[in-house]
Amino acid sequence: MSVQKETQNPLFYMLIVVLVVMSLGPILLMLATSFKTNVDVYDSSVSAFFFAPTLANYETVLCDVLWYEPSHVDYCDPTFGRALGNSLFVALVSTGLTLFMGCMAAYALVRFKFMGRGTVSMTTLLMRMVPPAVLLVPVFGIWTFQYGLDGTFTGIILVYTAMNLPFVIWILQSFIVQVPIQLEEAARMDGANPIQIFFLVVLPIIKPGLAAAAIFTFRIAWNEFLLGNALLDRNTRTVPVTIVNSITEYDINWGVIMATGMLLAIPPIIFTFVASKQIITGMTAGAVKG
Amino acid sequence: MNIANKANRLTPYVFMAPAAIILAVALLYPIGYMIYASFLDWSPSQRIGEADFVGLRNYVNLMHDAAFRESFWVTVKFAAVVVTLEMFIGVGLALLLDRNIKGMSFLRTIFILPMMIAPIVVGLMWRYMYHPTVGIFNRTLKDWGFEGIPWLSDSTWAFVAVVMADVWQWTPFIFILSLAAMQSLPRSALEAAEIDGASDMQKVIHIKLPLMLPVLIVTLMLRLIDAFKVLEVIMVLTNGGPGLSTEIVAMRIFRTAQEFQELGEAAAMSNTLLMVLMALTIGMFAYNKMQEGRAAKMQAMAAKGTA
Repeated sequence: MSVQKETQNPLFYMLIVVLVVMSLGPILLMLATSFKTNVDVYDSSVSAFFFAPTLANYETVLCDVLWYEPSHVDYCDPTFGRALGNSLFVALVSTGLTLFMGCMAAYALVRFKFMGRGTVSMTTLLMRMVPPAVLLVPVFGIWTFQYGLDGTFTGIILVYTAMNLPFVIWILQSFIVQVPIQLEEAARMDGANPIQIFFLVVLPIIKPGLAAAAIFTFRIAWNEFLLGNALLDRNTRTVPVTIVNSITEYDINWGVIMATGMLLAIPPIIFTFVASKQIITGMTAGAVKG
Repeated sequence: MNIANKANRLTPYVFMAPAAIILAVALLYPIGYMIYASFLDWSPSQRIGEADFVGLRNYVNLMHDAAFRESFWVTVKFAAVVVTLEMFIGVGLALLLDRNIKGMSFLRTIFILPMMIAPIVVGLMWRYMYHPTVGIFNRTLKDWGFEGIPWLSDSTWAFVAVVMADVWQWTPFIFILSLAAMQSLPRSALEAAEIDGASDMQKVIHIKLPLMLPVLIVTLMLRLIDAFKVLEVIMVLTNGGPGLSTEIVAMRIFRTAQEFQELGEAAAMSNTLLMVLMALTIGMFAYNKMQEGRAAKMQAMAAKGTA
């Protein structure tokens, strides 16, 4: 990389500021609104960003899990608190399962060469193109009538795991290929069996790949609405489903719904700041490396 | 010894088995099932065995269904507009910002935020901003003395509104991919051009863009495939309305299954959408293969040249 000698144009910095404001603006507006009372939201004399902030919306959303009873909540609706728990459980379990199965499959595909890498990336691409809307009808039919898994966590975790597996296998493959085979051979000399080699030698090396895969899987399971909406019942609903159900045509309580949206957005935002490098690796791996 | 050997030979299958079983049970079987279901007259209260086989009737109905044709057209229009805008803005920004500046990685982090947040939440944010009275757009317009815009209640504006939301969410994807491609370009070509006195513009047109083309095409295809899958943002923003102005096929499938309870017809729609996407994906894969082949040939030629 050569060092740029020319000093950058001030217009250049202005462009960057504008871009940052544009991409953060809507998110910040949601954050601000989540601290706003409904009266202030509908009062056009109150500024979008400067007003008396309140935690009341978050208290309304989380009233079920708070250790105290917020005074302004007359009736505590347990839906959101429960949905948060459900979302967390579903996303974590399906991420764990996907990673576990995915890394084993990726390892087998790379090291034992019984299917070409071409076949795998072809399958991954084909699977990537299947929209959740297309899975809606068959999954609903099969889960309800054949597997009897409608309304259960098992059912939804099964779908999310299957949806994420192709991508996870694909991305982990590119990391496993880079593990030096000599390491594995040395371990074999020392008498380790394939299972030990995999868990004790290979897995620790591909940790960055596992992190990238985990974030992508978690995000999809955490954000998914369509299949969750079709499969889950009142008690097992996840957050995206409850949000959509609480949007009515008129008279939306924006403060409360923005607080819910914020709670749903926080985990992905944290991941982005903690592991943006891994995320970008995962995103570019497909297109740039071919 | 023999047993150990056998165990070793079984290992790959043991490693593959869990993933293979899950994929077969929860992905391949449902897709096959859907293809079958598209030939049935099927409502959700029926088991699939009780549904009548109606041959191609669902597909014929689709062809004659003006609403479906409309939503197909809306999908194509949406995908084309969105992908074109995003490609131009994303690649343009990447060309502008391809410099050594401090904080580039922070900038990239900010840019991927919109993609990481749930589509449902993105829909919410934009619906709030488009709100006729309290939304930030109309409030600003009124402050400046203009009329408010009926963002989500006028069919033309509603289409503009969903396009804007999608461009906000996905332009960074193109930007990041093309920036990565640009930074992996061979420095030698650019330096040679510099020595020959090429201007910045000439470098972009004659060197950077042609060299990036393979990546750009793959990026375009990936984004195009994803644009056909957009559903949640539009659902929260407009629910397909007003009228059918923003009802993309994915939305129509959802409503046909959920509201109208016509599972067979929804399956036929899903199949149609799937075939379109399949064609796109295979096209992209073929292009990739062609590129690889060409690169291999070039390498072989280069090797011969030096020998």
